[in-house]
Amino acid sequence: MEPVIELDDLEVRLGGRPVLKKLKATLTGRSIGLLGPNGAGKSTLLSTLLGFYPPCGGTARVFGRDVRTHAREVRGLIGYMPENDAFIAGMSGVRFVRLMAELAGLPRQHAIERAHEAFFYVGLGEVRYRALGTYSLGMKQSAKLAQAIAHGPKLLFLDEPTNGLDPPARTRMIQLIQEIRDRGDLRLILSSHLLRDVEECCDEVLILKDGNIAAFCNLEEERRANRRFLEIETRGENNGDFLAALERQGCETAPGAQGRIKLVMPDGLEVRQIYEIAAAQNVQLRRLNHKRDSLEDIFLKAMEAADGRL
Amino acid sequence: MAVYKKTYRPYEGELTGPFARLMVIPRYAFEDLHRSKFLNTFFIATLIYPLICALIIYVQHNASALQLLNVQNARGLISINVTFFLSLLGWQCVMALFMAAFVGPGQVSPDLANNGLSLYLARPFSRLEYVIGKMSILVILMSVMTWIPGLLLFVLQGYLEGWSWMADNARIASGIFFGSWIWIMLLSLMALALSAWVKWKPAAGALMFVLFFVTSAFAATINAVQRTHWGNLASISYLVGSIWVQLFEGANKTTNGAVFFRSPIGEEVPLWLCWAGLALIVGICLYMLARKIRGAEVIR
Repeated sequence: MEPVIELDDLEVRLGGRPVLKKLKATLTGRSIGLLGPNGAGKSTLLSTLLGFYPPCGGTARVFGRDVRTHAREVRGLIGYMPENDAFIAGMSGVRFVRLMAELAGLPRQHAIERAHEAFFYVGLGEVRYRALGTYSLGMKQSAKLAQAIAHGPKLLFLDEPTNGLDPPARTRMIQLIQEIRDRGDLRLILSSHLLRDVEECCDEVLILKDGNIAAFCNLEEERRANRRFLEIETRGENNGDFLAALERQGCETAPGAQGRIKLVMPDGLEVRQIYEIAAAQNVQLRRLNHKRDSLEDIFLKAMEAADGRL
Repeated sequence: MAVYKKTYRPYEGELTGPFARLMVIPRYAFEDLHRSKFLNTFFIATLIYPLICALIIYVQHNASALQLLNVQNARGLISINVTFFLSLLGWQCVMALFMAAFVGPGQVSPDLANNGLSLYLARPFSRLEYVIGKMSILVILMSVMTWIPGLLLFVLQGYLEGWSWMADNARIASGIFFGSWIWIMLLSLMALALSAWVKWKPAAGALMFVLFFVTSAFAATINAVQRTHWGNLASISYLVGSIWVQLFEGANKTTNGAVFFRSPIGEEVPLWLCWAGLALIVGICLYMLARKIRGAEVIR
């Protein structure tokens, strides 16, 4: 797959302070999550890719174009939904989106049409003639999404898109993002400190900590790889024999407290056989879960690394 | 596509060029300005003086009109010369100052107030283009008020007086043109810089007047207290007036500038210092704009 973002020892300093430290990564996913605690450098990375901050070392490329030398071309490919409020208070919603679409290069007629479409698409069709300053927080978030997609970008930057949204509004926003992602017409980069948002919308995750890449994982592969990862809870006297029997079948096992066992099944072994082994050892299986390494586990592991590097 | 089709679709149509994108900003601004009755009225009112001047030029060259008004000797009362055009320029440039004070503060501050600027600059649109786009609003408005009517009047006078007059006074035309542009660029930059730093529009507008009138008063005070004329360097109107006189008359100075833009004979400061003063103001305005017109603010 064509790389979306290529970072090659990218360094950014703001006010003399290093904010991004020699980042090196190639992101190819359809939807890429930027995850990290506040101040990790997620928004700075997006701003750098948009050309707002000049890199002081290394390079960053978007669809193969250097953000320093082809800034205008790169920005022409991107739709940007910033983290903070970003609107012109006195302007009506649809006029604002139309203005942004025209600035992105759409002819006037197309811009009008697509501004209306985008507003209906994000669910603000009925309030599109109201001044943006009168919108609620959730409506402003949706209006920001509308302006980001109105010109039909190839890459969408979503910086904390669910910030300040109540649960129904958050669900709606996530649905919209998933819909856009699933159409496959554009790639998206979602920056968030909320694991759930990233887990629900992204197939690739770059975890940042203190300006370093703390972890990079392909969630799709993670999900596939962990299908053979089980967590079981047992009751009975022969746990030791049960574990030995599982290992004879090729399972990797890790006993825990209160009869809990984590195990990785080898290829060819079925869950049914686990039940058979348990029955043979006179062990009751009280619970059996397909346990996968959640994004939370990955994130916590990344955060545990002392210097922010894995 | 009909608006009820609630789905996302990519855009595959043609894109406009950089110039068309640049012109989007003034187009939207003029739509907004057009809604203001006050600004429309004021703008029309600013054209009254040039109309009166046109009438004077016409009547001066129309014997039957002079006879009808029973003022056959009026030709001798009002001369169509450097002073006439400098006065026109002075008045119109003060009107332009008012226009810049009314329109300018509303240009950048609304974009900065709610971080709208980051969305402009996230498009294929540079900071320089943003500033040029915003400046063009003021430049177009003030051009219509200053050098365009000035040159039209010059052409009218030349047409009625004869082409030899036009050739003899070509310096007036260049003075009108370049003198107006100096003022327009200075006002536009000052208005945008103040708009970027002072978010409360009335305060930004008032500061425009403060810079113009208070600096003149300050300069006069320095001159009086120190018994010097170097204080004139602190007066924007003096700096501009001196340059205008140079543009209109060269070294053979016969006037002391225009109304509101006086540079009294005998109180001159070297012309290069006047240019340097204006360059300093422009530099400060550009620095102020460069600090504020950014896609993302650097928090130290």
